[in-house]
Amino acid sequence: MRIKKHPILGKLEEKEINITFNGREFAALEGESIAAALLANHIRILSYTEKRQEPRGIYCGIGHCYECRVTVDGERSVRACITTVKDGMRIESQGESPK
Amino acid sequence: MKYDLVVIGAGPAGMSAAIKAASHGATVAIVDENPAAGGKLLGQLYKEPKTGWWIGREVAKSLEEKVKRLGIDYFPENEVWAIFPQWKVLLNHGEELHTDYILLATGAAEKAIPVPGWTIPGVMSIGAAQVLNNFHRVNPGKRIAIIGIDALSLTVANELKLSGAQVIGIYLPPPDDFLDRISNPQQMIAYLSSLADAAPNHFLKFAGKVTQNEFIQKVSAAFYPYRGMKIWGIPLFLRKSILEIEGDKQAEQIKIAKISRDGLPEMESVKTIQVDCVCISGGLYPLSELASAAGCEFAYINELGGHIPLHSQEMETTQTGIFVAGNITGIEGAKIAMAQGELAGTVVSDRLGLLKSGTAIIKKAQARVEKARENALIKFQPDIEKGRELAVQFWDERT
Ligand SMILES: Cc1cc2nc3c(=O)[nH]c(=O)nc-3n(C[C@H](O)[C@H](O)[C@H](O)COP(=O)(O)OP(=O)(O)OC[C@H]3O[C@@H](n4cnc5c(N)ncnc54)[C@H](O)[C@@H]3O)c2cc1C
Ligand code: FES
Repeated sequence: MRIKKHPILGKLEEKEINITFNGREFAALEGESIAAALLANHIRILSYTEKRQEPRGIYCGIGHCYECRVTVDGERSVRACITTVKDGMRIESQGESPK
Repeated sequence: MKYDLVVIGAGPAGMSAAIKAASHGATVAIVDENPAAGGKLLGQLYKEPKTGWWIGREVAKSLEEKVKRLGIDYFPENEVWAIFPQWKVLLNHGEELHTDYILLATGAAEKAIPVPGWTIPGVMSIGAAQVLNNFHRVNPGKRIAIIGIDALSLTVANELKLSGAQVIGIYLPPPDDFLDRISNPQQMIAYLSSLADAAPNHFLKFAGKVTQNEFIQKVSAAFYPYRGMKIWGIPLFLRKSILEIEGDKQAEQIKIAKISRDGLPEMESVKTIQVDCVCISGGLYPLSELASAAGCEFAYINELGGHIPLHSQEMETTQTGIFVAGNITGIEGAKIAMAQGELAGTVVSDRLGLLKSGTAIIKKAQARVEKARENALIKFQPDIEKGRELAVQFWDERT
């Protein structure tokens, strides 16, 4: 899903770092949002709703809708779309997935 | 901390204002909840007829460098959640900024179109797709459908294609009384031709291609081909709606239907198409909660995109000392936002006694906003001039 070469924007040159999501390790690029890093690794589900356990992912992408809430290094309800990844960041999806 | 000016929003309007005021000697702080400076600039990417590619992230970077060079205090990842009189700005991490002047440059947000299935992961706003694609450089999907036909969705469709994603089509939202303006083929044709008329430029020529096609214009939307017409190789369907998005864990398919002459779905024509991403473009509205919380008076001006804080030609609201600039005053492009920001920054500098011939300089800044408006490449609202006139009229009537 990464656009490594873009006809106008050129090559991607950002440094690779590591994050974990629900315990699994993934590569991310310095400076990108948590949501972008996970999507680049084909992960779309960021949380499950409380009552009906429906999956939720990025919607607005600019911090307004709160659909992208994740737990980051133990802090709950961080917006994945406007939070930058950091090396070693531990991210967990929020809410329970349906059994 | 005490400042001459606190700017809320580090988009093109806010940064331009901060730079202007600081370059005249004001002490300025700028706050934004986003980690990256630039606001909606970050995702912008399109070709301009005279100056070549407009790469929003690079424009943002150069503004940010100026902000830093001028010693402006920049608070990224800080959300302003309250403003108290004369004036105190509270940030979500506990900081308090005291200031004589405030500029609200909070920009615009997107309206949603709640199509059944719109909460499934993989369904996102067109703006989210734009930022993921052009700023973060991650395709929001491999096979993408777009709901909603407007200047923004057409621009982003082209950007997605440019980066290698497949855009399978741009469709109408499901027919609905509340959405008639954007779900009715006839009204869509009228809207597209107004865009083409308004834009003497190359960017919206595509709208011209559709609507200047005499055949279609004469005989109306009823004869627009069901198979759509291609724009930059992307099918534009004015006679097909996405009725529903389906998928268990993520978007997997859409249900589309042909739309009859009277704008109703023909249920026997329903087809299912595989996708992995659906982008929703419901239009933009000015993001003005903070102005309302600060007690500014408002007017509803449809031509400007919704409720806007009343403001003078010097960009001051009904609350003395609180200014506005950019999309909070109506939905327009980035260059207009920058010119408005420079105007507000100039006026505040004048109020602070930093300018020698303030009146003349302010006049020039006002003229630059008009100029930017005349040259605007993308028109988000067809009747923006009328909207601006109404805004002036409402202000004058009040005072
Ligand atoms: C999805 C989308 C796509 C667009 N695409 C284009 C395009 O291709 N071309 C074009 O010319 N125009 C485009 N526009 C119009 C765009 O709004 C303008 O170009 C321009 O960016 C407006 O500038 P601004 O400074 O008013 O606001 P913005 O650029 O929106 O910046 C506002 C900033 O304020 C911040 N903010 C808001 N509220 C708070 C708060 N409470 N606390 C802290 N920070 C806050 C936001 O994080 C944001 O960074 C688009 C708009 C949207 C919504
Ligand atoms: S996607 Fe809307 S807040 Fe993150």
